[in-house]
Amino acid sequence: MHPTDFTLAGAVAALEEGVISAEELTRAHVEAVEALNPRLNALITVTADQAMEAARASDARRKRGEAGPLEGIPLAIKDLFCTEGVQTTAGSKILEGFIPPYESTVTSQLKRDGAVFLGKANLDEFAMGSSNLTSAYGGVLNPWSRRNDPDARLVPGGSSGGSAAAVAARMALGATGTDTGGSIRQPAAFCGIAGIKPTYGRCSRFGIVAYASSLDQAGPFGRTVEDCAILLRSMAGFDPKDSTSADRPVPDFAAACGRSVKGLRIGVPREYHMDGMPAEIEKLWRQGLDWLREAGAEIVDISLPHARYALPTYYIVAPAEASSNLARYDGVRFGKRVAEPNSDLRDLYERTRAAGFGAEVRRRIMIGTYVLSAGYYDAYYLKAQKVRALIARDFREAWSKVDAILAPATPSAAFAEGENSDDPVQMYLNDVFTVTANLAGLPGLSVPAGLDPQGLPLGLQVLGRPFDEETVFAVGAALERAADFRALPGMRAGA
Amino acid sequence: MSYTIDGETGPWELVIGLEVHAQVVSNAKLFSGAATEFGAEPNSQVSFIDAGFPGMLPVINRECVAQAVRTGLGLNAQVNLWSRFDRKNYFYADLPQGYQISQFAHPIIGTGQVEIALQDGSTKVIGITRLHLEQDAGKSIHDQHPSKSFIDLNRSGVALMEIVSEPDMRSPEEAGAYLTKLRQILRYLGTCDGNMEEGSMRADVNVSVRKAGEEFRTRCEVKNVNSIRFVMQAVEAEARRQIEVWESGGEVTQETRLFDTGRGITRSMRSKEDAHDYRYFPDPDLPPLVIEQSWVDALKAALPELPDARRARYVHDFGVTPYDAHVLTLEKETAAYYEAVAKGRDAKQAANWVMGDLFAAINRTKTSIVEPPVSAADLGALLDLMADNTLSGKLAKEVFEAMVETGRAPGLIVEERGLRQVTDTGAIEAVIDGVLAANADKVAEYRSGKDKLFGFFVGQTMRAMQGKGNPALVNELLKTKLS
Repeated sequence: MHPTDFTLAGAVAALEEGVISAEELTRAHVEAVEALNPRLNALITVTADQAMEAARASDARRKRGEAGPLEGIPLAIKDLFCTEGVQTTAGSKILEGFIPPYESTVTSQLKRDGAVFLGKANLDEFAMGSSNLTSAYGGVLNPWSRRNDPDARLVPGGSSGGSAAAVAARMALGATGTDTGGSIRQPAAFCGIAGIKPTYGRCSRFGIVAYASSLDQAGPFGRTVEDCAILLRSMAGFDPKDSTSADRPVPDFAAACGRSVKGLRIGVPREYHMDGMPAEIEKLWRQGLDWLREAGAEIVDISLPHARYALPTYYIVAPAEASSNLARYDGVRFGKRVAEPNSDLRDLYERTRAAGFGAEVRRRIMIGTYVLSAGYYDAYYLKAQKVRALIARDFREAWSKVDAILAPATPSAAFAEGENSDDPVQMYLNDVFTVTANLAGLPGLSVPAGLDPQGLPLGLQVLGRPFDEETVFAVGAALERAADFRALPGMRAGA
Repeated sequence: MSYTIDGETGPWELVIGLEVHAQVVSNAKLFSGAATEFGAEPNSQVSFIDAGFPGMLPVINRECVAQAVRTGLGLNAQVNLWSRFDRKNYFYADLPQGYQISQFAHPIIGTGQVEIALQDGSTKVIGITRLHLEQDAGKSIHDQHPSKSFIDLNRSGVALMEIVSEPDMRSPEEAGAYLTKLRQILRYLGTCDGNMEEGSMRADVNVSVRKAGEEFRTRCEVKNVNSIRFVMQAVEAEARRQIEVWESGGEVTQETRLFDTGRGITRSMRSKEDAHDYRYFPDPDLPPLVIEQSWVDALKAALPELPDARRARYVHDFGVTPYDAHVLTLEKETAAYYEAVAKGRDAKQAANWVMGDLFAAINRTKTSIVEPPVSAADLGALLDLMADNTLSGKLAKEVFEAMVETGRAPGLIVEERGLRQVTDTGAIEAVIDGVLAANADKVAEYRSGKDKLFGFFVGQTMRAMQGKGNPALVNELLKTKLS
């Protein structure tokens, strides 16, 4: 068995049993990165030397009996997490060459638990996108391809496309992502792996480059639901440096994966049946419900009447916050600066930001600036906040009837570069099933559950009550067992 | 008689409101752990949060909130248990995040009031609209390099309280008195050091003028005035300008102006049309600020005595005049000094000495009440020497001057210089006898009705005793001998 074929849980066990060393495991992954990254472009920055060094240090710790729960596990880190001493770009030219003198809380906790970082994963610029094509460092290739059109360059989804592609292609055992409107769940679905956006506040946002602060949440990718659960336990926890992080204990999520779903009530929101939804998505959804029914769960029809306003609400709230969050990229203190010898301050700002930001980021900054402007604030931002509150209320009412909700993760399988790209609104529709969880702050897990007629993976999404990731993991693991998803992408290490 | 400015068309009333920015006394900044010391090396007190680095997040400093609550309580204001931070968005080189975190829509402190004392002895209540917490920006330095501006972020993120008054003031004097009173309250509370020259307190002055009985006319805001005297000058200068505009048939337009202290006039800074659209919205990095009533109550119970209460106590307990009480309580350091002197002594006499001889000595020696030329203990001891008749009032003045000069205790000076007053009646009688004998002609004149000569005998006696004779005894014995 090739070391890159391990699941994360399997690798943890193999390391514990001494079947493999961290150095061997990491070398196999570094080699996979070297072989595949030139084609996939999943990592912006590869830290092979640091990874090997960290792996040797990990073996030494294990020898001393100081192994952490992720001891020696090679991971990819979305390049939105600030990593001390390692360039952090957020997928943007404006942060090219920026080397943070500090470490994000999430990555420092992963390090604390023994993880080894292979590099920084590609992403849509400032996490704004659903295709990874807005990255200033080039798009990421989805390791899967269409049966009938193998040459089509498929996107891995976004914004955490590099993370998802790296895990799917077995360049890493797991990866971190962030999810503001679906940026973990959609690429997980497109790449045939699992990914969870935990409850807002579960993971600290300290040291994560902000896109939309009230929606951003870090979460893991894994090739199994259990792998996600193991990673999340290390990533989560209260952080006094993030005022929005939740001061509550972190449960043993992996243990929850073994829980029975018998007697659980699973909600099916009627508003998620949308006109024009591909038949295979509708079919997969029914299949998922059948699986859960067979496992002893009760299926309950529910209504989320304001869900249909979620997408427009999201595309007001997120750009509004982004327009303010991205004001700090001004060329004055760090990152890119573009100026002429006689530039005044305004000219410096204009040149720096025009050269530093890509088209999608500029578009969202302008949308956000517009919706917050005097005279438009009430009609857009304030209205959106009210709708957001109604969406959250819909869910609160639903939780009196059901314990979890099952929905598709995406409205389609992975699309090709060039598709969806002429109309930004068409691209925004990718988030239609995912943004509600961000607006309501709920945990959402994407699980690979089947293939479309082209042989591309499709995902199902489990939503749960705030801070009830355990039930989400239990339902997700039940789906995973029933689906028995074994398909593999054409492009992967060891293939 | 209310204050007006006479224009060509008759008298004009002034309408004045103040927005005061007061830097909170705290060890750390409002949302970061960086220090706040004044005068430190540029950019030496800056955390990554203050510098707006990627991924950095604000965390509220509890002590800054406590200071705002204390100030609200000191202003007799409503404390809002639920308040919220908003972002005020604008671009400037010394604003690293591209926004200032402030409380726009939901301030921590609501309406309150401050009573001011005016020179004619009257008082007036000025309404407080609100007090909110916000971050200060950094400092742009334009005069260090021919083509570059330098940025110092030490101040970036320091906690400010913005205290907004109602447009209740009607004269430069009232504006000055309000600012004086506000500063006094803040200093008593220890929530702001009130150093206007260091910039830890600055005022934006809103001024409009109107004819008696009219509604408010358009106002202008004079930004960043940094002394009480300049505030009073700016009010008058801006009012006169507006009167001229109205009377020449023009219209005052709402704008932001600056006070040119050199020329004593205000200049336009930016018009309403150029005003920023700050795009305020709730800061998503900070949950609403929720505080407990029990915490507010505990802060209230621990508040120091405030100027109004202390002034009332001085009048009631010490029997000093309201004016003296006002002067003695202006600075809490003065009040502390005074109380140390007055304790267990003649409080009115103590007040006279502090406000008279001590203040004069401070002025003359260019010292302050914090480092006074004579300590409160020594001044108290001097008063004791008068009380036990060791010193006459006149001798005491002499001893006091020696204390200022040498810094030594009054008892030592009395001993060294032999300044003890003579209360031995025998000794005084002997001197008097000598004086009367040497001036037999004057004695005859006095006895024949020239009463005015009594002062002459007192003077001669005191001179013969080098001023040390107890004045009351000298008077008494002279009267007896001359009758």
